[in-house]
Amino acid sequence: MSVIEATAAAGRIEVKNFALSYETIDGSVAAVTDTQIYVKPGEFVSIVGPSGCGKSTLLNAVAGFLKPTAGMVTVDGEEVKSPSAERGMVFQQYSLFPWKTVRENVEFGLKMRGMDRSRRERAARTLLGLAGLEAFEKHYPDRLSGGMKQRVGIVRALATGPKVLLLDEPFGALDAQTRVIMQQILTNMWQRLKISVLFVTHDIDEAIFLSDRVYCMTARPGSIKAEIPIPLERPRQQSMMMSSEFLALRRGLMSLIREESLKAMGGEISDQGLQGLNINLHGQSLADVL
Amino acid sequence: MSSSPAHALHPKEHEAPKVAAEPPPAAAAVREPATVAIIARWYRLNKGRLRAALIGAVSLVAFLVVWHLLTKYRVVFFVRFTNVPSPLDVYNSSTKAMRDPKFLMHVLLSCRRIIFGFALASLIAVPLGLIMGRFKLIHEVVFPVSEVLRPIPAIAWVPMAIMLWPTNEQSIVFITFLGSFFPILVNTLHGMALVDPVLVRAARCLGARETSIFREVYFPASLPHIFTGLTVGMGVAWVSLIAAEMISGQYGIGYFTWEAYSLVQYADIALGMIAIGVLGLTSSLLIRSAGRLAMPWGRT
Repeated sequence: MSVIEATAAAGRIEVKNFALSYETIDGSVAAVTDTQIYVKPGEFVSIVGPSGCGKSTLLNAVAGFLKPTAGMVTVDGEEVKSPSAERGMVFQQYSLFPWKTVRENVEFGLKMRGMDRSRRERAARTLLGLAGLEAFEKHYPDRLSGGMKQRVGIVRALATGPKVLLLDEPFGALDAQTRVIMQQILTNMWQRLKISVLFVTHDIDEAIFLSDRVYCMTARPGSIKAEIPIPLERPRQQSMMMSSEFLALRRGLMSLIREESLKAMGGEISDQGLQGLNINLHGQSLADVL
Repeated sequence: MSSSPAHALHPKEHEAPKVAAEPPPAAAAVREPATVAIIARWYRLNKGRLRAALIGAVSLVAFLVVWHLLTKYRVVFFVRFTNVPSPLDVYNSSTKAMRDPKFLMHVLLSCRRIIFGFALASLIAVPLGLIMGRFKLIHEVVFPVSEVLRPIPAIAWVPMAIMLWPTNEQSIVFITFLGSFFPILVNTLHGMALVDPVLVRAARCLGARETSIFREVYFPASLPHIFTGLTVGMGVAWVSLIAAEMISGQYGIGYFTWEAYSLVQYADIALGMIAIGVLGLTSSLLIRSAGRLAMPWGRT
Protein backbone atom coordinates (compact mmCIF):
# COMPACT_ATOMS: atom_id res chain seq x y z
CA MET A 1 0.00 0.00 0.00
CA SER A 2 2.73 2.44 1.00
CA VAL A 3 4.31 2.02 -2.42
CA ILE A 4 1.38 3.50 -4.20
CA GLU A 5 -0.24 5.98 -1.88
CA ALA A 6 2.32 8.67 -2.55
CA THR A 7 1.23 9.12 -6.14
CA ALA A 8 -2.14 10.81 -5.76
CA ALA A 9 -2.96 14.35 -6.82
CA ALA A 10 -0.79 14.41 -9.95
CA GLY A 11 -1.34 12.95 -13.39
CA ARG A 12 -2.82 15.53 -15.71
CA ILE A 13 -2.72 14.28 -19.29
CA GLU A 14 -2.92 16.78 -22.11
CA VAL A 15 -2.98 16.03 -25.80
CA LYS A 16 -2.77 19.20 -27.92
CA ASN A 17 -3.19 19.69 -31.69
CA PHE A 18 -2.30 16.06 -32.01
CA ALA A 19 -1.91 14.32 -35.37
CA LEU A 20 -0.27 11.07 -36.32
CA SER A 21 0.24 9.63 -39.77
CA TYR A 22 1.98 6.56 -41.16
CA GLU A 23 4.29 6.53 -44.18
CA THR A 24 3.28 4.04 -46.80
CA ILE A 25 4.29 3.48 -50.41
CA ASP A 26 1.30 5.58 -51.54
CA GLY A 27 2.27 8.48 -49.33
CA SER A 28 1.36 9.29 -45.79
CA VAL A 29 -1.90 8.02 -44.31
CA ALA A 30 -3.44 9.98 -41.47
CA ALA A 31 -4.47 7.80 -38.52
CA VAL A 32 -5.40 10.63 -36.17
CA THR A 33 -5.82 14.31 -37.00
CA ASP A 34 -6.39 17.50 -35.07
CA THR A 35 -7.13 15.99 -31.70
CA GLN A 36 -7.25 17.62 -28.28
CA ILE A 37 -8.04 15.71 -25.15
CA TYR A 38 -7.22 16.07 -21.49
CA VAL A 39 -7.58 14.05 -18.34
CA LYS A 40 -7.69 15.87 -15.03
CA PRO A 41 -5.80 14.41 -12.06
CA GLY A 42 -7.81 11.53 -10.66
CA GLU A 43 -10.32 11.56 -13.49
CA PHE A 44 -11.56 8.48 -15.32
CA VAL A 45 -11.85 9.18 -19.05
CA SER A 46 -12.77 6.78 -21.83
CA ILE A 47 -12.27 6.98 -25.57
CA VAL A 48 -14.80 5.17 -27.73
CA GLY A 49 -15.05 5.04 -31.47
CA PRO A 50 -15.59 2.73 -34.42
CA SER A 51 -12.91 0.11 -35.00
CA GLY A 52 -9.86 1.45 -36.80
CA CYS A 53 -10.53 5.03 -35.75
CA GLY A 54 -7.12 5.45 -34.16
CA LYS A 55 -8.13 5.31 -30.50
CA SER A 56 -5.42 2.78 -29.73
CA THR A 57 -2.94 4.86 -31.73
CA LEU A 58 -3.77 7.82 -29.55
CA LEU A 59 -3.32 5.77 -26.39
CA ASN A 60 0.02 4.40 -27.61
CA ALA A 61 1.19 7.96 -28.21
CA VAL A 62 0.25 8.89 -24.65
CA ALA A 63 2.21 5.83 -23.47
CA GLY A 64 5.20 7.04 -25.48
CA PHE A 65 5.39 4.20 -28.00
CA LEU A 66 4.44 6.39 -30.96
CA LYS A 67 5.64 9.87 -31.75
CA PRO A 68 3.02 12.38 -32.88
CA THR A 69 3.50 13.83 -36.35
CA ALA A 70 2.17 17.12 -35.06
CA GLY A 71 1.24 18.49 -31.66
CA MET A 72 2.32 17.02 -28.38
CA VAL A 73 1.39 14.90 -25.41
CA THR A 74 2.20 16.08 -21.92
CA VAL A 75 1.74 14.58 -18.47
CA ASP A 76 1.88 17.15 -15.68
CA GLY A 77 3.33 19.60 -18.18
CA GLU A 78 6.21 17.36 -19.18
CA GLU A 79 6.36 16.21 -22.78
CA VAL A 80 6.04 12.47 -23.33
CA LYS A 81 8.99 11.24 -25.37
CA SER A 82 9.35 7.55 -24.51
CA PRO A 83 7.61 4.92 -22.42
CA SER A 84 8.09 5.19 -18.70
CA ALA A 85 6.91 3.54 -15.52
CA GLU A 86 5.09 6.80 -14.70
CA ARG A 87 2.47 5.78 -17.22
CA GLY A 88 1.27 2.28 -16.43
CA MET A 89 -0.25 0.39 -19.32
CA VAL A 90 -2.66 -2.54 -19.48
CA PHE A 91 -3.00 -4.44 -22.75
CA GLN A 92 -5.87 -6.38 -24.22
CA GLN A 93 -3.66 -9.46 -24.69
CA TYR A 94 -2.70 -9.38 -20.95
CA SER A 95 0.98 -9.53 -21.99
CA LEU A 96 2.15 -11.10 -18.76
CA PHE A 97 5.65 -12.58 -18.94
CA PRO A 98 4.99 -16.32 -19.25
CA TRP A 99 8.36 -17.18 -17.71
CA LYS A 100 7.66 -15.25 -14.54
CA THR A 101 5.31 -16.26 -11.76
CA VAL A 102 2.41 -14.00 -10.88
CA ARG A 103 4.42 -12.35 -8.13
CA GLU A 104 7.52 -11.94 -10.30
CA ASN A 105 5.35 -10.27 -12.93
CA VAL A 106 4.03 -7.81 -10.38
CA GLU A 107 7.55 -7.21 -9.05
CA PHE A 108 8.97 -6.47 -12.49
CA GLY A 109 8.59 -2.70 -12.45
CA LEU A 110 10.01 -2.47 -8.94
CA LYS A 111 12.94 -4.67 -9.93
CA MET A 112 13.65 -2.38 -12.88
CA ARG A 113 13.72 0.51 -10.45
CA GLY A 114 16.37 -1.31 -8.42
CA MET A 115 14.31 -2.05 -5.33
CA ASP A 116 15.84 -4.87 -3.29
CA ARG A 117 14.29 -8.30 -3.31
CA SER A 118 12.64 -8.45 0.09
CA ARG A 119 11.03 -5.03 -0.19
CA ARG A 120 9.61 -5.67 -3.64
CA GLU A 121 8.39 -9.09 -2.56
CA ARG A 122 6.47 -7.49 0.27
CA ALA A 123 5.04 -4.79 -2.00
CA ALA A 124 3.96 -7.36 -4.57
CA ARG A 125 2.26 -9.48 -1.91
CA THR A 126 0.31 -6.49 -0.62
CA LEU A 127 -0.86 -5.55 -4.10
CA LEU A 128 -1.80 -9.13 -4.96
CA GLY A 129 -3.77 -9.25 -1.74
CA LEU A 130 -5.76 -6.18 -2.80
CA ALA A 131 -6.67 -7.94 -6.03
CA GLY A 132 -7.53 -11.20 -4.26
CA LEU A 133 -4.67 -13.04 -5.93
CA GLU A 134 -2.38 -13.86 -3.01
CA ALA A 135 -3.12 -17.57 -3.35
CA PHE A 136 -1.78 -17.53 -6.89
CA GLU A 137 1.50 -15.67 -6.38
CA LYS A 138 3.60 -18.71 -7.31
CA HIS A 139 1.55 -19.71 -10.35
CA TYR A 140 2.74 -19.14 -13.89
CA PRO A 141 0.33 -17.06 -15.97
CA ASP A 142 -0.73 -19.88 -18.27
CA ARG A 143 -2.43 -21.56 -15.32
CA LEU A 144 -4.71 -18.53 -14.76
CA SER A 145 -8.07 -17.65 -16.26
CA GLY A 146 -8.41 -14.58 -18.47
CA GLY A 147 -9.93 -12.49 -15.70
CA MET A 148 -7.15 -13.42 -13.28
CA LYS A 149 -4.51 -12.67 -15.90
CA GLN A 150 -5.91 -9.23 -16.45
CA ARG A 151 -6.08 -8.57 -12.73
CA VAL A 152 -2.37 -9.39 -12.58
CA GLY A 153 -1.86 -7.10 -15.58
CA ILE A 154 -3.55 -4.20 -13.79
CA VAL A 155 -1.74 -4.84 -10.52
CA ARG A 156 1.58 -5.05 -12.37
CA ALA A 157 0.94 -1.69 -14.03
CA LEU A 158 0.01 -0.12 -10.68
CA ALA A 159 2.93 -1.57 -8.71
CA THR A 160 5.36 1.18 -9.64
CA GLY A 161 2.91 3.84 -8.48
CA PRO A 162 2.27 5.48 -11.86
CA LYS A 163 0.58 8.86 -12.14
CA VAL A 164 -1.71 7.65 -14.88
CA LEU A 165 -3.06 4.31 -15.96
CA LEU A 166 -3.63 3.63 -19.66
CA LEU A 167 -5.84 0.72 -20.63
CA ASP A 168 -6.20 -0.51 -24.21
CA GLU A 169 -9.44 -2.52 -24.46
CA PRO A 170 -8.39 -4.44 -21.37
CA PHE A 171 -11.57 -6.48 -21.02
CA GLY A 172 -12.22 -7.07 -24.72
CA ALA A 173 -11.15 -10.71 -24.58
CA LEU A 174 -13.17 -11.58 -21.47
CA ASP A 175 -16.64 -13.09 -21.29
CA ALA A 176 -19.53 -10.83 -20.29
CA GLN A 177 -19.79 -11.94 -16.64
CA THR A 178 -16.06 -11.65 -15.99
CA ARG A 179 -16.02 -8.27 -17.68
CA VAL A 180 -18.62 -6.89 -15.26
CA ILE A 181 -16.58 -8.11 -12.29
CA MET A 182 -13.39 -6.66 -13.71
CA GLN A 183 -15.08 -3.30 -14.22
CA GLN A 184 -16.03 -3.30 -10.57
CA ILE A 185 -12.49 -4.22 -9.51
CA LEU A 186 -11.00 -1.51 -11.70
CA THR A 187 -13.42 1.08 -10.30
CA ASN A 188 -12.53 0.10 -6.74
CA MET A 189 -8.81 0.33 -7.37
CA TRP A 190 -9.17 3.63 -9.18
CA GLN A 191 -11.17 5.14 -6.32
CA ARG A 192 -8.68 3.92 -3.75
CA LEU A 193 -5.60 5.12 -5.60
CA LYS A 194 -7.07 8.35 -7.02
CA ILE A 195 -5.07 7.80 -10.16
CA SER A 196 -5.92 9.32 -13.58
CA VAL A 197 -7.22 6.75 -16.03
CA LEU A 198 -7.41 6.84 -19.82
CA PHE A 199 -9.46 3.91 -21.01
CA VAL A 200 -9.92 2.83 -24.63
CA THR A 201 -12.86 0.60 -25.47
CA HIS A 202 -15.41 -0.08 -28.14
CA ASP A 203 -17.98 -1.11 -25.56
CA ILE A 204 -20.29 1.86 -24.97
CA ASP A 205 -21.88 0.44 -21.80
CA GLU A 206 -18.45 -0.11 -20.32
CA ALA A 207 -17.37 3.44 -21.17
CA ILE A 208 -20.47 5.00 -19.57
CA PHE A 209 -20.43 2.75 -16.53
CA LEU A 210 -16.79 3.45 -15.70
CA SER A 211 -16.10 7.02 -16.78
CA ASP A 212 -16.41 10.59 -15.62
CA ARG A 213 -16.17 11.69 -19.25
CA VAL A 214 -16.26 9.92 -22.58
CA TYR A 215 -14.62 11.07 -25.80
CA CYS A 216 -16.21 9.79 -28.97
CA MET A 217 -13.92 9.60 -32.00
CA THR A 218 -14.75 9.91 -35.69
CA ALA A 219 -13.98 7.27 -38.29
CA ARG A 220 -10.44 7.22 -39.73
CA PRO A 221 -8.70 9.57 -39.77
CA GLY A 222 -9.75 9.85 -36.17
CA SER A 223 -10.48 13.04 -34.36
CA ILE A 224 -12.72 13.95 -31.45
CA LYS A 225 -16.34 14.05 -32.55
CA ALA A 226 -17.87 14.70 -29.15
CA GLU A 227 -17.06 14.94 -25.47
CA ILE A 228 -19.76 13.57 -23.19
CA PRO A 229 -19.71 14.15 -19.43
CA ILE A 230 -21.20 11.24 -17.47
CA PRO A 231 -23.01 12.76 -14.49
CA LEU A 232 -24.04 9.42 -12.97
CA GLU A 233 -23.34 9.40 -9.25
CA ARG A 234 -20.80 7.15 -7.61
CA PRO A 235 -20.49 4.53 -6.32
CA ARG A 236 -22.14 3.06 -9.37
CA GLN A 237 -24.11 -0.15 -9.26
CA GLN A 238 -24.79 -2.62 -11.99
CA SER A 239 -28.51 -1.83 -11.63
CA MET A 240 -27.89 1.75 -12.81
CA MET A 241 -27.42 0.39 -16.31
CA MET A 242 -31.21 0.11 -16.49
CA SER A 243 -31.85 3.68 -15.33
CA SER A 244 -33.34 6.15 -17.77
CA GLU A 245 -30.33 8.44 -17.30
CA PHE A 246 -27.94 5.67 -18.33
CA LEU A 247 -30.09 4.64 -21.26
CA ALA A 248 -30.30 8.20 -22.50
CA LEU A 249 -26.53 8.53 -22.43
CA ARG A 250 -26.24 5.19 -24.13
CA ARG A 251 -28.64 6.13 -26.89
CA GLY A 252 -26.79 9.40 -27.51
CA LEU A 253 -23.41 7.71 -27.75
CA MET A 254 -24.81 4.90 -29.88
CA SER A 255 -26.12 7.24 -32.50
CA LEU A 256 -22.84 9.16 -32.59
CA ILE A 257 -20.86 5.98 -33.09
CA ARG A 258 -23.30 4.54 -35.57
CA GLU A 259 -22.86 7.52 -37.82
CA GLU A 260 -19.12 7.04 -37.73
CA SER A 261 -19.27 3.27 -38.18
CA LEU A 262 -21.40 3.74 -41.27
CA LYS A 263 -18.87 6.25 -42.59
CA ALA A 264 -16.08 3.79 -41.86
CA MET A 265 -17.88 1.14 -43.84
CA GLY A 266 -18.06 3.46 -46.81
CA GLY A 267 -21.69 4.41 -46.25
CA GLU A 268 -22.89 1.23 -47.93
CA ILE A 269 -25.79 0.91 -45.54
CA SER A 270 -27.95 3.98 -45.35
CA ASP A 271 -29.78 4.89 -42.19
CA GLN A 272 -33.02 5.11 -44.08
CA GLY A 273 -32.56 1.58 -45.29
CA LEU A 274 -32.23 0.35 -41.73
CA GLN A 275 -35.29 2.21 -40.54
CA GLY A 276 -37.24 0.91 -43.47
CA LEU A 277 -36.58 -2.64 -42.29
CA ASN A 278 -38.76 -2.00 -39.26
CA ILE A 279 -38.07 -5.26 -37.49
CA ASN A 280 -39.47 -5.55 -33.98
CA LEU A 281 -37.24 -6.64 -31.13
CA HIS A 282 -38.95 -6.74 -27.75
CA GLY A 283 -41.29 -4.05 -28.86
CA GLN A 284 -38.56 -1.74 -30.22
CA SER A 285 -37.75 -1.29 -33.85
CA LEU A 286 -34.35 -2.49 -35.01
CA ALA A 287 -33.35 1.06 -35.80
CA ASP A 288 -34.01 2.04 -32.18
CA VAL A 289 -32.07 -0.86 -30.82
CA LEU A 290 -29.15 -0.12 -33.09
CA MET B 1 2.66 -34.43 -20.46
CA SER B 2 0.82 -31.31 -19.33
CA SER B 3 1.65 -30.15 -15.84
CA SER B 4 -1.72 -30.15 -14.13
CA PRO B 5 -2.65 -33.81 -14.62
CA ALA B 6 0.87 -34.76 -13.56
CA HIS B 7 0.34 -32.94 -10.28
CA ALA B 8 -2.88 -34.78 -9.74
CA LEU B 9 -1.25 -38.12 -10.42
CA HIS B 10 1.84 -37.99 -8.28
CA PRO B 11 0.38 -38.67 -4.86
CA LYS B 12 -1.56 -41.62 -6.17
CA GLU B 13 1.48 -43.06 -7.88
CA HIS B 14 3.31 -43.08 -4.57
CA GLU B 15 0.36 -44.23 -2.58
CA ALA B 16 -0.77 -47.23 -4.53
CA PRO B 17 2.32 -49.46 -4.20
CA LYS B 18 2.82 -48.50 -0.54
CA VAL B 19 -0.67 -49.48 0.47
CA ALA B 20 -0.58 -52.62 -1.60
CA ALA B 21 2.74 -53.71 -0.08
CA GLU B 22 1.50 -53.48 3.49
CA PRO B 23 0.66 -56.82 5.10
CA PRO B 24 -3.10 -57.05 5.54
CA PRO B 25 -3.50 -57.97 9.24
CA ALA B 26 -6.57 -57.35 11.37
CA ALA B 27 -7.61 -54.11 9.68
CA ALA B 28 -7.53 -55.73 6.28
CA ALA B 29 -11.25 -56.05 6.06
CA VAL B 30 -11.66 -52.28 6.51
CA ARG B 31 -8.73 -51.18 4.40
CA GLU B 32 -9.07 -53.50 1.48
CA PRO B 33 -11.92 -51.78 -0.32
CA ALA B 34 -10.01 -48.46 -0.15
CA THR B 35 -6.85 -50.12 -1.45
CA VAL B 36 -8.70 -51.73 -4.27
CA ALA B 37 -10.38 -48.44 -5.09
CA ILE B 38 -7.05 -46.63 -5.15
CA ILE B 39 -5.45 -49.24 -7.38
CA ALA B 40 -8.46 -49.17 -9.65
CA ARG B 41 -8.30 -45.42 -9.86
CA TRP B 42 -4.57 -45.43 -10.49
CA TYR B 43 -5.16 -47.95 -13.25
CA ARG B 44 -7.90 -45.86 -14.82
CA LEU B 45 -5.82 -42.70 -14.75
CA ASN B 46 -2.69 -44.38 -16.15
CA LYS B 47 -4.39 -46.70 -18.60
CA GLY B 48 -3.05 -44.85 -21.61
CA ARG B 49 0.53 -44.88 -20.39
CA LEU B 50 0.41 -48.53 -19.31
CA ARG B 51 -0.97 -49.45 -22.70
CA ALA B 52 1.78 -47.54 -24.50
CA ALA B 53 4.49 -49.13 -22.34
CA LEU B 54 3.09 -52.59 -22.91
CA ILE B 55 2.77 -52.22 -26.66
CA GLY B 56 6.25 -50.66 -26.78
CA ALA B 57 7.75 -53.63 -24.96
CA VAL B 58 5.96 -56.12 -27.18
CA SER B 59 7.14 -54.31 -30.28
CA LEU B 60 10.77 -54.30 -29.11
CA VAL B 61 10.62 -58.03 -28.36
CA ALA B 62 9.06 -58.65 -31.77
CA PHE B 63 11.90 -56.69 -33.38
CA LEU B 64 14.49 -58.90 -31.63
CA VAL B 65 12.63 -62.07 -32.61
CA VAL B 66 12.46 -61.04 -36.26
CA TRP B 67 16.13 -60.10 -36.20
CA HIS B 68 16.94 -63.47 -34.59
CA LEU B 69 14.93 -65.44 -37.16
CA LEU B 70 16.34 -63.52 -40.12
CA THR B 71 19.92 -64.23 -39.02
CA LYS B 72 19.28 -67.76 -37.81
CA TYR B 73 17.96 -68.86 -41.22
CA ARG B 74 20.42 -66.59 -43.09
CA VAL B 75 17.60 -65.17 -45.15
CA VAL B 76 18.51 -63.82 -48.57
CA PHE B 77 15.64 -61.87 -50.08
CA PHE B 78 17.06 -58.85 -51.92
CA VAL B 79 18.83 -58.06 -48.64
CA ARG B 80 21.43 -60.57 -47.49
CA PHE B 81 21.42 -61.60 -43.87
CA THR B 82 24.17 -64.18 -44.45
CA ASN B 83 26.87 -62.38 -42.44
CA VAL B 84 24.64 -60.32 -40.19
CA PRO B 85 25.28 -61.12 -36.49
CA SER B 86 22.40 -62.47 -34.47
CA PRO B 87 21.10 -60.64 -31.37
CA LEU B 88 22.77 -63.24 -29.20
CA ASP B 89 26.15 -62.72 -30.93
CA VAL B 90 25.82 -59.00 -30.28
CA TYR B 91 24.87 -59.59 -26.67
CA ASN B 92 27.92 -61.81 -26.16
CA SER B 93 30.27 -59.34 -27.72
CA SER B 94 28.76 -56.52 -25.69
CA THR B 95 29.39 -58.31 -22.38
CA LYS B 96 32.96 -58.85 -23.53
CA ALA B 97 33.30 -55.23 -24.59
CA MET B 98 31.99 -53.93 -21.27
CA ARG B 99 35.02 -55.45 -19.60
CA ASP B 100 37.38 -54.30 -22.35
CA PRO B 101 39.06 -50.98 -21.48
CA LYS B 102 39.75 -50.35 -25.15
CA PHE B 103 36.05 -50.27 -26.00
CA LEU B 104 35.32 -47.97 -23.11
CA MET B 105 38.13 -45.71 -24.28
CA HIS B 106 36.53 -45.51 -27.74
CA VAL B 107 33.23 -44.51 -26.13
CA LEU B 108 34.79 -41.96 -23.78
CA LEU B 109 36.81 -40.38 -26.56
CA SER B 110 33.72 -39.92 -28.71
CA CYS B 111 31.89 -38.42 -25.73
CA ARG B 112 34.74 -36.02 -25.12
CA ARG B 113 34.70 -34.87 -28.75
CA ILE B 114 30.96 -34.34 -28.58
CA ILE B 115 31.22 -32.38 -25.35
CA PHE B 116 33.96 -30.09 -26.69
CA GLY B 117 32.45 -29.59 -30.13
CA PHE B 118 28.90 -29.16 -28.89
CA ALA B 119 29.81 -26.91 -25.96
CA LEU B 120 31.87 -24.69 -28.22
CA ALA B 121 29.04 -24.50 -30.77
CA SER B 122 26.47 -23.60 -28.09
CA LEU B 123 28.73 -21.04 -26.47
CA ILE B 124 29.23 -19.26 -29.78
CA ALA B 125 25.96 -19.85 -31.65
CA VAL B 126 23.52 -18.91 -28.86
CA PRO B 127 25.06 -15.51 -27.99
CA LEU B 128 25.67 -14.81 -31.69
CA GLY B 129 22.04 -15.59 -32.49
CA LEU B 130 20.80 -13.41 -29.64
CA ILE B 131 23.00 -10.50 -30.72
CA MET B 132 22.07 -10.93 -34.38
CA GLY B 133 18.43 -10.93 -33.42
CA ARG B 134 18.81 -7.68 -31.52
CA PHE B 135 21.27 -5.67 -33.64
CA LYS B 136 20.36 -5.26 -37.25
CA LEU B 137 23.86 -4.38 -38.43
CA ILE B 138 25.38 -7.56 -37.01
CA HIS B 139 22.58 -9.56 -38.58
CA GLU B 140 23.19 -7.89 -41.94
CA VAL B 141 26.92 -8.64 -41.74
CA VAL B 142 26.84 -12.20 -40.42
CA PHE B 143 23.69 -13.63 -41.97
CA PRO B 144 24.83 -13.79 -45.64
CA VAL B 145 28.05 -15.58 -44.70
CA SER B 146 26.19 -18.03 -42.50
CA GLU B 147 23.63 -18.69 -45.24
CA VAL B 148 26.42 -19.55 -47.71
CA LEU B 149 28.21 -21.87 -45.28
CA ARG B 150 25.12 -23.47 -43.77
CA PRO B 151 24.13 -25.84 -46.60
CA ILE B 152 27.62 -27.40 -46.67
CA PRO B 153 27.36 -30.65 -44.70
CA ALA B 154 29.91 -30.94 -41.92
CA ILE B 155 31.34 -34.09 -43.53
CA ALA B 156 32.26 -32.09 -46.63
CA TRP B 157 34.54 -30.08 -44.36
CA VAL B 158 36.71 -33.09 -43.52
CA PRO B 159 39.55 -32.43 -46.02
CA MET B 160 39.51 -28.72 -45.23
CA ALA B 161 39.48 -29.44 -41.50
CA ILE B 162 42.53 -31.70 -41.83
CA MET B 163 44.34 -28.85 -43.59
CA LEU B 164 43.19 -26.24 -41.10
CA TRP B 165 44.00 -27.97 -37.83
CA PRO B 166 47.37 -29.31 -36.74
CA THR B 167 46.05 -32.48 -35.08
CA ASN B 168 43.53 -35.08 -36.06
CA GLU B 169 41.74 -34.64 -32.75
CA GLN B 170 41.22 -30.94 -33.33
CA SER B 171 39.84 -31.44 -36.82
CA ILE B 172 37.32 -34.02 -35.57
CA VAL B 173 36.15 -31.67 -32.81
CA PHE B 174 35.91 -28.94 -35.44
CA ILE B 175 33.65 -31.14 -37.62
CA THR B 176 31.44 -31.86 -34.61
CA PHE B 177 31.34 -28.15 -33.83
CA LEU B 178 30.30 -27.29 -37.38
CA GLY B 179 27.57 -29.91 -37.36
CA SER B 180 25.85 -28.47 -34.32
CA PHE B 181 26.65 -24.79 -34.90
CA PHE B 182 24.14 -23.95 -37.62
CA PRO B 183 21.06 -25.66 -36.18
CA ILE B 184 21.66 -23.83 -32.91
CA LEU B 185 22.25 -20.48 -34.61
CA VAL B 186 19.24 -20.74 -36.91
CA ASN B 187 16.87 -21.74 -34.10
CA THR B 188 18.13 -19.01 -31.79
CA LEU B 189 17.55 -16.46 -34.56
CA HIS B 190 14.10 -17.90 -35.13
CA GLY B 191 13.32 -17.59 -31.42
CA MET B 192 14.45 -13.97 -31.40
CA ALA B 193 12.31 -13.18 -34.43
CA LEU B 194 9.22 -14.60 -32.74
CA VAL B 195 9.48 -12.63 -29.49
CA ASP B 196 6.08 -11.05 -28.89
CA PRO B 197 6.53 -7.28 -29.40
CA VAL B 198 3.74 -6.60 -26.91
CA LEU B 199 5.86 -8.18 -24.17
CA VAL B 200 8.72 -5.88 -25.11
CA ARG B 201 6.36 -2.92 -24.92
CA ALA B 202 5.04 -4.11 -21.57
CA ALA B 203 8.59 -4.28 -20.23
CA ARG B 204 9.40 -0.81 -21.57
CA CYS B 205 6.44 0.86 -19.91
CA LEU B 206 7.41 -0.82 -16.65
CA GLY B 207 10.69 1.07 -16.86
CA ALA B 208 12.98 -1.60 -18.36
CA ARG B 209 16.04 -0.43 -20.31
CA GLU B 210 17.83 -2.16 -23.21
CA THR B 211 19.93 -4.61 -21.19
CA SER B 212 17.08 -5.51 -18.88
CA ILE B 213 14.75 -6.09 -21.83
CA PHE B 214 17.37 -8.37 -23.36
CA ARG B 215 17.84 -10.34 -20.15
CA GLU B 216 14.24 -10.39 -18.93
CA VAL B 217 12.31 -10.62 -22.20
CA TYR B 218 14.28 -11.55 -25.32
CA PHE B 219 16.37 -14.28 -23.73
CA PRO B 220 13.66 -16.20 -21.84
CA ALA B 221 11.25 -15.76 -24.74
CA SER B 222 13.77 -17.37 -27.10
CA LEU B 223 14.70 -20.21 -24.74
CA PRO B 224 12.22 -22.77 -26.11
CA HIS B 225 13.64 -22.28 -29.60
CA ILE B 226 17.20 -22.28 -28.30
CA PHE B 227 16.54 -25.68 -26.76
CA THR B 228 15.03 -26.93 -30.00
CA GLY B 229 18.26 -25.82 -31.65
CA LEU B 230 20.36 -27.58 -29.02
CA THR B 231 18.43 -30.83 -29.49
CA VAL B 232 18.74 -30.73 -33.27
CA GLY B 233 22.36 -29.59 -32.97
CA MET B 234 23.19 -32.51 -30.71
CA GLY B 235 21.75 -34.93 -33.26
CA VAL B 236 23.75 -33.44 -36.11
CA ALA B 237 26.86 -33.35 -33.89
CA TRP B 238 26.69 -37.14 -33.52
CA VAL B 239 26.09 -37.64 -37.24
CA SER B 240 29.09 -35.48 -38.07
CA LEU B 241 31.28 -37.03 -35.40
CA ILE B 242 30.66 -40.61 -36.49
CA ALA B 243 31.30 -39.75 -40.14
CA ALA B 244 34.49 -37.89 -39.25
CA GLU B 245 35.71 -40.75 -37.09
CA MET B 246 35.04 -43.27 -39.83
CA ILE B 247 36.99 -41.22 -42.34
CA SER B 248 39.92 -39.85 -40.42
CA GLY B 249 39.85 -41.14 -36.88
CA GLN B 250 42.04 -43.48 -34.97
CA TYR B 251 39.82 -43.79 -31.96
CA GLY B 252 36.18 -43.28 -31.16
CA ILE B 253 33.01 -45.30 -31.48
CA GLY B 254 32.64 -44.46 -35.18
CA TYR B 255 36.16 -45.72 -35.81
CA PHE B 256 35.39 -48.82 -33.71
CA THR B 257 32.38 -49.62 -35.90
CA TRP B 258 34.31 -49.17 -39.13
CA GLU B 259 37.32 -51.12 -37.81
CA ALA B 260 35.02 -54.02 -36.88
CA TYR B 261 34.01 -54.27 -40.52
CA SER B 262 37.63 -54.25 -41.71
CA LEU B 263 38.59 -56.88 -39.14
CA VAL B 264 35.58 -59.08 -40.03
CA GLN B 265 34.21 -58.84 -36.49
CA TYR B 266 30.63 -58.58 -37.58
CA ALA B 267 29.06 -58.68 -34.12
CA ASP B 268 31.06 -55.56 -33.22
CA ILE B 269 29.50 -53.65 -36.13
CA ALA B 270 26.06 -54.01 -34.57
CA LEU B 271 27.51 -53.36 -31.13
CA GLY B 272 29.05 -50.10 -32.35
CA MET B 273 25.77 -49.08 -33.96
CA ILE B 274 23.78 -49.80 -30.82
CA ALA B 275 26.33 -47.93 -28.69
CA ILE B 276 25.98 -44.90 -30.98
CA GLY B 277 22.21 -45.11 -30.68
CA VAL B 278 22.32 -45.30 -26.90
CA LEU B 279 24.77 -42.39 -26.67
CA GLY B 280 22.64 -40.25 -28.99
CA LEU B 281 19.49 -41.03 -27.05
CA THR B 282 21.17 -40.29 -23.72
CA SER B 283 22.52 -36.94 -24.87
CA SER B 284 19.17 -35.81 -26.24
CA LEU B 285 17.48 -36.86 -22.98
CA LEU B 286 20.06 -34.82 -21.07
CA ILE B 287 19.30 -31.76 -23.15
CA ARG B 288 15.59 -32.23 -22.73
CA SER B 289 15.87 -32.42 -18.94
CA ALA B 290 18.17 -29.38 -18.93
CA GLY B 291 15.46 -27.60 -20.91
CA ARG B 292 12.84 -28.57 -18.38
CA LEU B 293 15.02 -27.23 -15.57
CA ALA B 294 15.71 -23.99 -17.43
CA MET B 295 12.06 -23.42 -18.34
CA PRO B 296 9.89 -24.36 -15.37
CA TRP B 297 7.02 -22.38 -16.86
CA GLY B 298 6.78 -24.59 -19.95
CA ARG B 299 4.09 -27.14 -20.55
CA THR B 300 6.38 -29.95 -21.71
